[in-house]
Amino acid sequence: MSQADMTMGVHTAGAMAERPFAIPTKKLAMWLFIIADAATFAACLVAYGFLRNGTPNWPTPFEFSPTVINAMVMTFILVTSSLTMFIAMRAAKLGQKSTAFNWTMITAVAGLIFAVLHLREWMGMIHAGVRLFSNPWGSGLFGASFFSITGLHLTHVVCGVIALVAVGLRYKGGRYNSDDLEVVGLYWHFVDLVWMFVVPMVYLLNVKH
Amino acid sequence: MADIVPSDKGGAAKYADSLTKYIVVYVVILILAGLQFVIAYSHLDGAQMFLRMLSLAIVEAGLAVMFFMHLGSERRSFVWFVGVITVFVLLAMQYSWTDSYRMEMGVPGANYKTGTVQ
Repeated sequence: MSQADMTMGVHTAGAMAERPFAIPTKKLAMWLFIIADAATFAACLVAYGFLRNGTPNWPTPFEFSPTVINAMVMTFILVTSSLTMFIAMRAAKLGQKSTAFNWTMITAVAGLIFAVLHLREWMGMIHAGVRLFSNPWGSGLFGASFFSITGLHLTHVVCGVIALVAVGLRYKGGRYNSDDLEVVGLYWHFVDLVWMFVVPMVYLLNVKH
Repeated sequence: MADIVPSDKGGAAKYADSLTKYIVVYVVILILAGLQFVIAYSHLDGAQMFLRMLSLAIVEAGLAVMFFMHLGSERRSFVWFVGVITVFVLLAMQYSWTDSYRMEMGVPGANYKTGTVQ
């Protein structure tokens, strides 16, 4: 036991310990969560690929308009929201509090627009007859995999929007600091990163030629 | 117990460089995403299309992770920590692909008739 441990008490000795990888523990925790969540999405996509390969009558129903155009717009919005989140994080680290808050809220609005577009697309698919276990074109597994993968991603987006608003407001109120905004920013970038794999695997490999 | 470690003020240094670099990364990511849409409508077989799209997605993800998530500015040991674990887990999931090509009747739940799952 070090001199510091003996004079300060064991419960405060942690303050003297070096942070792992020289980053705040909450940031490390978010990275660990991101790794685990990446594995979850990868498992879903691998399972989807396995089903698609092993299904003779896998449908490819996505028309350029409106589905592929919608996917393009959604991709543009989400990638742009990653940039706005980065700008917010940058402003927070440079001590520009109101700028950071404003860009965080812009990011949250972009996420909300993405979610609305996604739900609108789901309504279109359901109207066309796609259900969890059936559809008018081919194997019923198509609907199950489509809704589960995109639904999981949409859930992450909605939770991300809620987190951005909550953390942004607390940051503005002074309860949270720039580290907290950075942590939620990491989560938001991860959500965008997952979409970069979902679009080609789920949408673009199933376009109608 | 509350985290009594002070804010990572040293992190400001990573964000002090010009925003232009990150806007360029943003534009490159958009271009790569656009290329995926172009590949979708090119006359390639399924495997080629999949491989090209996956390669572009990996590059896009790498740019986002290294620049937007600032992993490239973290300690080298942390980059290895994140990279090795993630890549290992992702690669370990890939062992079962060959089975999907070998099933005579397709995967469970697939059927040859259009309509519902059996």
